[in-house]
Amino acid sequence: MLFKMAWRNVWRNKRRSIITMASVSFALFFALVMRSMQLGTYDQAYSSVINATTGYLQWQGEGYWEKQSLERSFSPNEEDLAKIENHPEVIDLVPRLESFALLASDHSDTRPGLIRGIEADKESLYFGLADKIESGHLPAKGENGVVLAKKLAENLGLSIGDTLVIIGQGYHGMSANGKYPVIGLAKLPNPDANKSTVFIGLEQMQELTGAFGQYTGLVLIPKSTDKLAALKTELSAKLSEGSEILTWREMMPELIQAMEADSAGGLAILFILYLVIGFGIFGTILMLSAERRPEFGILISIGMNRARLAVTTFMETSFLSLLGILLGSILSLPISWYYHLNPIQLSGEMEKMTEEYGMEPIIPFSVDPSIWLTHGLVVLVISMILGLYAVFSIYRLSPVKAMRR
Amino acid sequence: MAIIETTNLHRDYQDGDSIIRAVDGINLSVEEGEFTAIIGPSGSGKTTLLNLIGGLDNPSQGEVIVDQKEIHELSDNELINFRLRHIGFVFQAYNLIPVLSAKENVEFIMQLQGKSAKERSKRALELLKAVGLEQQAHKRPNELSGGQQQRVAVARALASKPSFVLADEPTANLDSKSTEDLLDIMHKLNQEEGITFLFSTHDQRVIDRAQRLVYVEDGKIKSDTKK
Repeated sequence: MLFKMAWRNVWRNKRRSIITMASVSFALFFALVMRSMQLGTYDQAYSSVINATTGYLQWQGEGYWEKQSLERSFSPNEEDLAKIENHPEVIDLVPRLESFALLASDHSDTRPGLIRGIEADKESLYFGLADKIESGHLPAKGENGVVLAKKLAENLGLSIGDTLVIIGQGYHGMSANGKYPVIGLAKLPNPDANKSTVFIGLEQMQELTGAFGQYTGLVLIPKSTDKLAALKTELSAKLSEGSEILTWREMMPELIQAMEADSAGGLAILFILYLVIGFGIFGTILMLSAERRPEFGILISIGMNRARLAVTTFMETSFLSLLGILLGSILSLPISWYYHLNPIQLSGEMEKMTEEYGMEPIIPFSVDPSIWLTHGLVVLVISMILGLYAVFSIYRLSPVKAMRR
Repeated sequence: MAIIETTNLHRDYQDGDSIIRAVDGINLSVEEGEFTAIIGPSGSGKTTLLNLIGGLDNPSQGEVIVDQKEIHELSDNELINFRLRHIGFVFQAYNLIPVLSAKENVEFIMQLQGKSAKERSKRALELLKAVGLEQQAHKRPNELSGGQQQRVAVARALASKPSFVLADEPTANLDSKSTEDLLDIMHKLNQEEGITFLFSTHDQRVIDRAQRLVYVEDGKIKSDTKK
């Protein structure tokens, strides 16, 4: 009957309850849609940048990431390799050997660049590298040729069929010089990468640098990206000395910082929305507590103990909030879902700017259930804390004074 | 046997620098089965005396013994529980829970006592029948007249099978017909079932029906007469 009483009390002053629920639901609706858009954008930005650079997890020689030199490249022993390859959470390993070198053409132009030795099939399968080829093709296994990033090719005045000269330092002080035909041009979304990257077959890169059997990194393709830190810890424990596994967060802390700085603005707006919700609920609780004082007095007089009365009133304010939360969530879900499936397409300057940062010019919405769960819970907790006002006023209430009003 | 006994009961209120003696040394004994009215002018201390007897207010001095128990020695929770099991209340206004039907209002007390749903329903219907409202059992208070609401309040007061019923000016907001109906019911319950009623009132119609009149003025009993 206490449950029934609390529920019926919600509808006792219909207009007020509806206004309270509407204020909760509209503020929550805006909070959810905004957060869904913000987190969707971040997810897309993260995955674009991660896929174009480090991957989610990378197995490297110890200390390589701090000082990126071929001297810190590594050659995993077979035992470690088997442990990682056979781990159920690891789908595949994508090997890379990278180094910086001077790049030259016969047009007397010289540019610094990053030479990335790759296995083209795996890079295309997991990171969509083949999709970025504008003309020509990626080097097949054993093929002697390079793919240049488009802007780099323009700067060097090279096109397919021309020759690229690479002058650099190899492994253990060897010189790394070679001539390679240009077999393809790739348009890389990141502007820095687009004017400095050269793709070459992994074996050719090992031969060029004299780093036979060496890798600067093996990108781990995980089954799920949800628990990377735990996976890293588990895998790291299995490895012998001399190598380490890093997550993208460790490799790109500046990316996290940039997103967190942007996210802080969103959180400030959320805080304002929560204030709106809080004041809406508190106003109702204040009115409810004041106008029900005589009734509370009667109930205590006839034998309802204060705890039961407090629970009933607490349930009532929780119902109000829950209905608002439910309504706000139901209203926001179709919108987020629609834009999750049909992201907003950016155009004009925004489109260019987004592409320059290596991201697709779209704003996708996230439908991660944790957004709804988190914000719903936050609002519920706010309302419960505010509901304590009614509880305290019941515990302080003198039935005689309450009934005298 | 006395079911209510007050000894040298005082209740003082501070009003600025002065002290108001709302109840000033009242000794009162109420026997089982009485139909007693506490009468007197406004501000004489009737309601304060009833509040003290009902354990709703604390005395400045003196004792209130109900069913052989000094009720003001009980803690707040014990006192609420004591009221639930020993005292039925009928107030002047705000009596019923507006979101519950007449039957649910009567059942409510029994639920607080932990009675089963079947027992609650049976007794609630019996009590509503006794106050002539079995046809209105499923109506909410706002669908009932003031008189009907007070009759439901009487039924609710009796639901817990209390030792006595305290009624603070129960007819103050009622018209003549409703007052007569309510008094008929309470008188009948008193006569036929031996239920003890203690009223505070200055309504002549209630005074006419009371068996015992306790006249209070300035917080003191000025006269105590049995008809």
